[in-house]
Amino acid sequence: MNLFILLVVVLAIIAIAQLTKVYDLSRTLRNSREEEISAADNRLNANAWLVWMFVFFGSVIYLYAKYGDYLPDSASEHGVAVDKLMSLNIWLITVVFFIVNYLLFTFASKYRFNPNRKAKFFAHDNRLEMIWTLVPGITMAFIIVYGLITWNSMTGPASSEAMQIELYSKQFDWTARYPGENKVFGACDFNLIGTSNALGMVTEEGVAAKIAEIDHNIEATEKAIADGIAKGTMPDSYKESLEDQLYKLKRHKQRIMDLKENEMNGVSQWKAGSDDKIVKGEFHIPVGQEIEFVFRSQDVIHSAYMPHFRAQMNTVPGMPTRFKMKPTITTAEMRQKLGNDKFDYILLCNKVCGAAHFNMKMTVIVDSPEDYKAWLAEQKTFGGEPAKKQEETKTEGSDTTMVVASIK
Amino acid sequence: MGAHTHDHGHHEESFISKYIFSHDHKMISKQFLVTAIFMGVVAVMLSIFFRLQLGWPGEKFAILNAFLGDKWAPDGILDKNAYLAMVTIHGTIMVFFVLTGGLSGTFANLLIPLQIGARDMASGFMNMLSYWFFLVSSLIMLSSLFVEGGAASGGWTIYPPLSALPQAMPGSGTGMTLWLISMVLFVASSLLGGLNYIVTIVNLRTKGMKMTRLPLTIWALLVTAILGVLSFPVLVSCVVLLIMDRTMGTAFYLSDIFIQGEALDVTGGSPVLFQHLFWFLGHPEVYIVLLPALGISSEIIATNSRKPIFGYKAMIGSILAIGFLSFIVWGHHMYVTGMNPFIGSVFVFTTLLIAIPSAVKAFNYITTLWQGNIKFTPAMMFSVGLVSTFVTGGLTGIILADSALDVNVHDTYFVVAHFHIVMGMSAIFGMFGGVYHWFPKMYGRMMNSKLGYAHFWLTMVCGFGVFFPMHFVGIAGAPRRYYDYSEFEYLDKVMDLNPVISMFAIVGGAAQLLFIFNFFHSIWYGQKSTQNPWKSNTLEWTTPVQHVHGNWPGALPEVHRWAYDYSNPEHEEDFVPQIVPLKQGEHAH
Repeated sequence: MNLFILLVVVLAIIAIAQLTKVYDLSRTLRNSREEEISAADNRLNANAWLVWMFVFFGSVIYLYAKYGDYLPDSASEHGVAVDKLMSLNIWLITVVFFIVNYLLFTFASKYRFNPNRKAKFFAHDNRLEMIWTLVPGITMAFIIVYGLITWNSMTGPASSEAMQIELYSKQFDWTARYPGENKVFGACDFNLIGTSNALGMVTEEGVAAKIAEIDHNIEATEKAIADGIAKGTMPDSYKESLEDQLYKLKRHKQRIMDLKENEMNGVSQWKAGSDDKIVKGEFHIPVGQEIEFVFRSQDVIHSAYMPHFRAQMNTVPGMPTRFKMKPTITTAEMRQKLGNDKFDYILLCNKVCGAAHFNMKMTVIVDSPEDYKAWLAEQKTFGGEPAKKQEETKTEGSDTTMVVASIK
Repeated sequence: MGAHTHDHGHHEESFISKYIFSHDHKMISKQFLVTAIFMGVVAVMLSIFFRLQLGWPGEKFAILNAFLGDKWAPDGILDKNAYLAMVTIHGTIMVFFVLTGGLSGTFANLLIPLQIGARDMASGFMNMLSYWFFLVSSLIMLSSLFVEGGAASGGWTIYPPLSALPQAMPGSGTGMTLWLISMVLFVASSLLGGLNYIVTIVNLRTKGMKMTRLPLTIWALLVTAILGVLSFPVLVSCVVLLIMDRTMGTAFYLSDIFIQGEALDVTGGSPVLFQHLFWFLGHPEVYIVLLPALGISSEIIATNSRKPIFGYKAMIGSILAIGFLSFIVWGHHMYVTGMNPFIGSVFVFTTLLIAIPSAVKAFNYITTLWQGNIKFTPAMMFSVGLVSTFVTGGLTGIILADSALDVNVHDTYFVVAHFHIVMGMSAIFGMFGGVYHWFPKMYGRMMNSKLGYAHFWLTMVCGFGVFFPMHFVGIAGAPRRYYDYSEFEYLDKVMDLNPVISMFAIVGGAAQLLFIFNFFHSIWYGQKSTQNPWKSNTLEWTTPVQHVHGNWPGALPEVHRWAYDYSNPEHEEDFVPQIVPLKQGEHAH
């Protein structure tokens, strides 16, 4: 196969070379100059512009017809406004696209060279130039104003009725967290993340356990260094790496010691997490309820993209971000609408984040309020079922290692 | 005016000083061009590799294995990390090495001294350094493809923390280090070149060459150089801070990170800061790529329509307006980063303003064609094609500039379609047009026009064939930089476009062989050129076909009129070179 391709390429090059040679010879015989474009060539290219125009316009119309209904109707309230703005913009640019390309290709074709004619000496015309400064200017003013009205209503502060859900990203999956009965998220800190605490939830016991773990490691490292020195066989480089590790452990401990317990709505944030609900794989939201998503990231920048809701926001380590929306169509309704029982809304990662970036997704289910309540009640709380939680995170932990291993 | 007093080509030069460490702007221009063609071939090949995976995911291609080996394409299936590396290096090479270094380096070097009537660049030595930095930086970038872990893989925008942490992905190891070093050298090259271009245009214009008599190529190259000099230093600082984060334990861009089982000892930095710095260069960069192409096409369209460019002053005004606006729009790349929405609205406003000077340019091109007497040289074909890509790709920018709409198409194939058409295709068309047009000036021979036509039509059809359907893939919600789309049910209806796109990419890529053959064949075997083959007005066509050091054998030419006296009714011929004095009673333009 490779040989075949190579052969075709080589033959093609030889063929072109031979044809060029023949062409060069005949040109010498005819005594013609390369830069003198023959009338035949000029006509051919002029006509080709027209042919191209029809092919181009035809293909564009075909694409619009076949792929124009790109996504189902927006399943969120702001998305309806976005879609309206989008349709208007697409109409506008499509019309301009056809007009300008039509003028370009027909002029190119029509005014081809004619030795008996001299081009019109037409260097400028203030009135014309004024027209094509002002018309785009006015159109842009309209688009800007309309666009910003939509933007401001999308990005304004969430109302007091809004319910919060946290979406947490890491290489390469999503976790959703619900604040529970007290409507306050438990505090989180990246220093406490571990196999049994994937989000780094801060609790008194968690802090104590983590400090104990670090203390244990510090002790072990110190012992290794002391032993090595006593034996006298430890290479310097190894000793240095142990000392580095020791320094890092001490810094880590220091950062945890610095954590402060704050109160929010009269609840301590270290205690507020006990009723938080953490889910993976899919998360549910109630229809008709305004939701404020809070995004956090563990490692690199990801982007939470939910195309069916016209929603997207980056998740940035060290900087929580927000996006509010109100879902309007339940999953069941959308399935019926599309005649597709398997349809699901989806949350995907839209900022390149590593090898398995293309596989980092979560299913979004929009329920009726009753179904949502029932589903939420089934979910375990963080404080309530620590044993169960631990088991879950462990399996996920091994999943991630498998992904990492497989991509290596 | 001549700051240089060379003895004009009378002394013999050694091979090394003539071809390798040349100070002559014409030779440096050729060095840039040939290097850029080589880099372009690499970038196109990389794109075909990843298009194979995207068009037929999971299919085995022996050719991938043959080129990439068992590590990157085991059994002929592209590896996931290798895929991201190809995407990243394709983008980097195309944006920086082909369309910035290649395009500006070639045509600024060739045209600035020749079109303003100067003996050479203000500093030939700096100019030589500019090329050598460019070459070394190109080689380092290429070498990164061969290191352990592969080349940089975080996309050409290399956002940290992904690019800052070697443990985040294999491509963030040595490959990323080389990427960063290469980029610092590239910026050095760009600054050495840019300063030289500005100084030369401002100081070394020949007698009578007022700013308002300059050809539009020179205006475009001047504004391009100014943009580069003002924005590239910001990229250097941005890159140097990233190098420090990677190697010295600083945390400019990093905070609160837990990765690979370790809570990193970095707090207080901001990954978004990087994006601000990067796009402060990154957006002007778009126009650094585009403006030279627009300048070149202005020249080619006027010459081959045998008409003055319509609205010369408006064209200058719109170049300046675009140049100015390009500095205050970078935030439109960041609507969904969590930036304050009010700042987003300011960027919506400034970004959409660019539509106005762009519209002026498009309509001025079209009016130049109107009632012209058009000769379809290959260069002219590419220039007319450029107007189409500029308009077609520019229009979708209106959607992307609108923050409310960007939310849903940000980082999808819609963006990929947009910038490949408006920036990629337009700039490469400008570059091809420029090569076909000034080849006789560079090599003293003509390129084959028949091959040129075939090359143009294949490139035009395949270019649109690749990028136009991508709008629909993107608008259906397909994220860019995905290795495989087959597991997304909602995308199934647009995924039949992917093999079609890949076919066009392969044919379009192969069509470039026509150009490469034509280019190298014509250097040695092309028909010998005459002094002014396109009957053009500008000064470069008054120099002898055989290059001489110092460009003009005798005194420097004196300029008496603007560059666009084509089909002037007061003259018999349909062109009047700039060196022809005004007739009695004739009004200067």
